[in-house]
Amino acid sequence: MDATTVSRVAPESFEDAAAALAAATAERRTVRIVGAGTKLGWGRHGPAPDLELHTTGLDQILEHNAGDLTASLQAGVPLARAQRTFAAAGQMLALDPPLGGWGSDSAPPPTIGGVVATGDCGPLRHRYGTPRDLVVGVTIALSDGTIARAGGKVIKNVAGYDLAKLFSGSFGTLGLILAVNVRLHPLHVTSVTALGAAADPGRLVAAASALTAAPLEFEALDVAWHAGRGGLLARCAGPQAPRRARRAARLMEELGLARVGIADRDGQVWERQRAGQRSADKALVRIAAAPSALVAVIAATEAADGTLVGRAALGQSFVEVEPAAVPQLRERLPAGCAAVLADAPPSLRAQADPWGLPDGPALELMRRVKARFDPAGTCNPGLFVGGI
Amino acid sequence: MPSGSPALISRLQEICGREFVLTHQHELATYRSDGLLHYRQVPIAAVLPGTAEQVRQTVRTCYEDGIPWVARGSGTGLSGGALPVPEGVLIVLSRLRRILSVELDDSRVVVEPGVTNVAVSRAVAPTHFYPPDPSSQIVCSIGGNIAENSGGAHCFKYGFTTNYVVGLEVVLSDGTMVTLDRDAPGYDLLGAFVGSEGTLGVATKITLRVIPAPESVRTLLAFFANTGAAGDAVTDIVDAGIVPGAIEMMDRLSIQAAEQATGAGYRLDAGAALIVELDGPREECLVGLERLTQLCSSAGALDVRIAQSDAERDLIWRTRKAAFASMGRIAPAYYVQDGVIPRTRLSEVLRQIDALAADYRLRVANVFHAGDGNLHPLVCYDSAADGEAARAEELAGLIIKACVDAGGSITGEHGVGVDKKAYMPSMFGEADLDAFQRLRCAFDPHGLANPGKVMPTPRLCGEVPGPYRQHPLERDGVAERF
Repeated sequence: MDATTVSRVAPESFEDAAAALAAATAERRTVRIVGAGTKLGWGRHGPAPDLELHTTGLDQILEHNAGDLTASLQAGVPLARAQRTFAAAGQMLALDPPLGGWGSDSAPPPTIGGVVATGDCGPLRHRYGTPRDLVVGVTIALSDGTIARAGGKVIKNVAGYDLAKLFSGSFGTLGLILAVNVRLHPLHVTSVTALGAAADPGRLVAAASALTAAPLEFEALDVAWHAGRGGLLARCAGPQAPRRARRAARLMEELGLARVGIADRDGQVWERQRAGQRSADKALVRIAAAPSALVAVIAATEAADGTLVGRAALGQSFVEVEPAAVPQLRERLPAGCAAVLADAPPSLRAQADPWGLPDGPALELMRRVKARFDPAGTCNPGLFVGGI
Repeated sequence: MPSGSPALISRLQEICGREFVLTHQHELATYRSDGLLHYRQVPIAAVLPGTAEQVRQTVRTCYEDGIPWVARGSGTGLSGGALPVPEGVLIVLSRLRRILSVELDDSRVVVEPGVTNVAVSRAVAPTHFYPPDPSSQIVCSIGGNIAENSGGAHCFKYGFTTNYVVGLEVVLSDGTMVTLDRDAPGYDLLGAFVGSEGTLGVATKITLRVIPAPESVRTLLAFFANTGAAGDAVTDIVDAGIVPGAIEMMDRLSIQAAEQATGAGYRLDAGAALIVELDGPREECLVGLERLTQLCSSAGALDVRIAQSDAERDLIWRTRKAAFASMGRIAPAYYVQDGVIPRTRLSEVLRQIDALAADYRLRVANVFHAGDGNLHPLVCYDSAADGEAARAEELAGLIIKACVDAGGSITGEHGVGVDKKAYMPSMFGEADLDAFQRLRCAFDPHGLANPGKVMPTPRLCGEVPGPYRQHPLERDGVAERF
């Protein structure tokens, strides 16, 4: 494959973007939708597209309604830039996917469109959910050139179908997200994290479970595991965060965790958790399991000599292993887990289905959805589950 | 009355049992309306399946005969979403009311669709609770909550039904049973299904996330001279970064009606009452309450009261929840509207509502979920007075238009159903509706599931146009050319 023969467009208006899709469809050309390009390795390894459509020209923050805790962002707006705007008003978009490494001038930082399209998020998921929980409206372009909107600009709204959720995490296979309307949350000045450690997965998970049930309203509750040792991190935000963190730390001590402490400046510990969700040179497997299955997920990680970070209360884990160890990791995971291969060398992606969604009624229904929204198969063909 | 073919009825009887297939007029009368009583239709039959498999077979039987069907939970909906279709079957899910498992280690509960909303919170109490709390929660069913994406008073902090559904077993209109899991790879079909008002299928098993019950709940009641001042207080609270569990506002007319019902001691000279409830860790509630009191006072509160006991708190809430029902004390009939505005436009939209009410010579009482801008104007009228009911409906429609013009929505929690489908074009263009239709056709190409709801005009699906390249990987050879 020679990337230079792939033509590129970077439309600067919704109409131009929609027209580019319509033209490609009419010419039976395939389109790869690209934001900052930080997650192009995710998904099924397929043939090169005929056209790359870059959203970088759609980079306007259309609205920030601070009093309503909402904003409207074009797809190509870098998430970090939007966050700076919101922070100036004491607010945040509660999405904290890993941004590091791509934030330099040479490599563009992730865009809101890419984050929403891939459903990416970070430790704040514990309290605020994933992109689909924060996107209240969407403007999309379909492969026939239709521009459509769904949802609205208000946080509470049940009119019409929730296409914002359908397009969140759809990897651009249904069409192009042109803009999203999001709900915002207050940005707390004070953030304090209680930390504890354990060498026994059972003890760590029991503590995680107890903290999950504690009425302390954690902003995030994460676990980490590497080489026979694990940690639990409970982040409190708000005026009384230090008191709550001390209560969390006491609970950790009672539950037998070691090296219990409190990080007043907790930015770095959470940056590490986020960084653990990506792998530059190994393989990264995203696992969804019941929270109570975490002991088994840690055991599988240990056996594959991997490193784990994850959302303790949600059963979501990110495990980094050597590429050769991926099959072994997947085999050892408890039944009922979903394990998606995210970052991986091209050689590994070429031979394995990264999604692992088996044939069945759910996949059949997804194919029908794809066929209705993108009947010509223009948008990101082959990238998604079941070759969608 | 149209009647189903004897063969269809007898097959339904074989599936569900003779006593659970109702076909007589007097039996069907119960089911001809949901909570919106002025819409009435009598279905061919009402069936009450006792298992998910019976639901599946019922749907499959309808599919084979091309018979449309409507699923119904407790029938408390306020948009006519569970209104039967005269040529179709009504599938009543009230017998599917088992709590299948309570898995607190995994913060989840698995229930059948007929389980009531309040039963979920009861099943996980006292350590946990299920946040969405529509005011009909004692009777409304979880299946209905899924269909409508129900909200309630606590949405501003905790979100909606859609944020708490993590798994669904759904019967599609061709009788296929499909499991949708929030964390499985692929499209978020679960997210698309919740709030689809019964038009994409029927949920037969539901997995809900529950969260730890707050250790402290503090409730404040403040009175203001007018809704503008109360609205300013809400703005100050939100700007201060405080996220109360609930912020509810009542205007003068609703205070007067509700106070008559409960005698809670609400100030009758006040133009607005604000109920603000803080919940969460006790230390946050303590400092938050202090700050709230200051903010209300500096916004000009006439009076700020803090509930000192559970009984006082219950009374405050009982009065708020009585606002709808007690309207009967001041007007023979009323029309409940449900619209949403960006919260910052509150004063302006309320002035418009007042002006419209004056034009129409009708009284409008207002209760709102003030945190998220969800208004429930109650348009009072006397159906015995000539033309007043029609005037009330027209006024309610103009109120909705005012909400949309302010950048809001035609419905925040009651749904579109039949009642608001005519307003859909005020919010969505033809291309938007066409995109909605694509989703509906993917799930239900023959339009058998709850037809005639949500979309403003009937649409057919048709075949998928154009060639569909399902396996583009097959083009690998072409790609090699580059």
